[in-house]
Amino acid sequence: MSALVQYLITGISQGFLLALLATGFVVIYRVTKVVNFAQGAFVVFGGFITYSLLGAGVPQGVSEVLAVLASAAIGLVFGAVTILGKMTPTASLITTIGLAILSEAVAMLVWGTVPLTFSGLSGHDLHIAGIFVQPQYLLLIGASIVVLLVLWLVLERTYVGKGMTACASNPYAARLSGINVKAMGLLSFAIGGALGGVGGVLITPLFPITYDSDVNLAILGFAAAIVGWLTNPGLALAGGLAFGVSEELVAGYWSDANQTAVALALMIVLLLWQSHRRQQVEKLV
Amino acid sequence: MVLSPAASGPPAGDGTGEHTPLLSVDRLVVRYGAAVALDDVSLEVGRGEMVALIGANGAGKTTLLNTLSGIITASSGAISCRGRLAHVPEGRELFPDLCVDDNLRLGAWKAASRDPADVYELFPKLRDLARRRAGYLSGGEQQMVAIGRALMAKPDLLAIDELSQGLAPNVVQEIGRYLVRLNADAGLSVLLVEQNARLALELCSRAYVLETGRIAAEGPSSHLKEQPAVQRAYLGGHVAT
Repeated sequence: MSALVQYLITGISQGFLLALLATGFVVIYRVTKVVNFAQGAFVVFGGFITYSLLGAGVPQGVSEVLAVLASAAIGLVFGAVTILGKMTPTASLITTIGLAILSEAVAMLVWGTVPLTFSGLSGHDLHIAGIFVQPQYLLLIGASIVVLLVLWLVLERTYVGKGMTACASNPYAARLSGINVKAMGLLSFAIGGALGGVGGVLITPLFPITYDSDVNLAILGFAAAIVGWLTNPGLALAGGLAFGVSEELVAGYWSDANQTAVALALMIVLLLWQSHRRQQVEKLV
Repeated sequence: MVLSPAASGPPAGDGTGEHTPLLSVDRLVVRYGAAVALDDVSLEVGRGEMVALIGANGAGKTTLLNTLSGIITASSGAISCRGRLAHVPEGRELFPDLCVDDNLRLGAWKAASRDPADVYELFPKLRDLARRRAGYLSGGEQQMVAIGRALMAKPDLLAIDELSQGLAPNVVQEIGRYLVRLNADAGLSVLLVEQNARLALELCSRAYVLETGRIAAEGPSSHLKEQPAVQRAYLGGHVAT
């Protein structure tokens, strides 16, 4: 029983990391129609930049905030490369893969190939349902909930958020209304970068990251985003949690080596089910 | 169909075109690759004038409006607008998942005020629908939202693409009355792009006829209605009086 609780807590925290990534995919895709496969790189940069700033003696909180801002700025640059030209969505997608590879090369040059980590939230492990839990797990869960809640409020309740929704819904009408659709696209990339950065800051104390950690993260984050058809942040959150928990359960009760494979198999089943459902709806219409 | 401007007050334009042009388009050419969509198009809209642009499908009407709005870049020619232009696109093009109030407020993206009170005053029906998603409205209600959203930009010139498309005649008549009132009361200039020539010529004091990207005829609506070629092509061979 205590093992199950352990797997669930670890899985939910992993799930929120994936939810941050998936929400980044969704925010960017809704506004720009670009699937940003460089999303995992933001996590890596977030973690590595925090590590370097801490090494330079910058206080922890300041380092983490700066790392998130830097990830947002990197997102902005990726957005500029991807959407400011006149690329098709397919060409943009390939460009994001190129940016992910470039990011790995830069991360390897700057931070090397050794896994890096830093101390997270200090304090004694908490005793929950018969097991000891590192406070950092709870911080990851709590901070992710706060970040996703703030993002939801921004998108649903602010004028700029509604402008982003307008761009996602009807870019032509948005342009006619005077909204700068490209600027909104850049903003969405910055938000995607910041979400990844938050993920990197929160996960690196729990799981050391390397320059190529982005690939696995991007694939799983994309899988979670697909649950919401790349457009529904709520379903993407559910997808992230489902993948995170299922990965941990597979790793705990079966084998570490199979956890990603099982999560991806789950994604394929979900895609087939959604495709079947969509076909049924189209028949009705 | 009866849409006499006299019923709601006459349009401010006098049909002569002798106004300070609010909008002036000079020898505009737009190409899509090798195809010429607009060829040497020139037109003017005066302050407080209601001008129609009529033509068949594919004549280049929507291309012209999209060029005026900056969505399409002209190959050559000049556009001069001495005021704010707002564009009501063909098919309404609302934000279907946002409510009516949000749709209206987004029209004021570059305006100083985002309060839609004036639009609700013009279209009282929309006040009751303010929280309803735009995608769930009837065609006529959506057209009111589309016009209201454009009005939120506080334009001097309202360019409307296919006002009557997909709407019942009584709804078109109702919305047409609103436009005439706006023109008469607020001095708003209107460029009405329509396939329904009868409607356009009834509402507007002056008109242009666009055929395969070129201006084929222009003048006061009353004169155009009498031209046999216009009657044959756009008015079913006769004019209702």
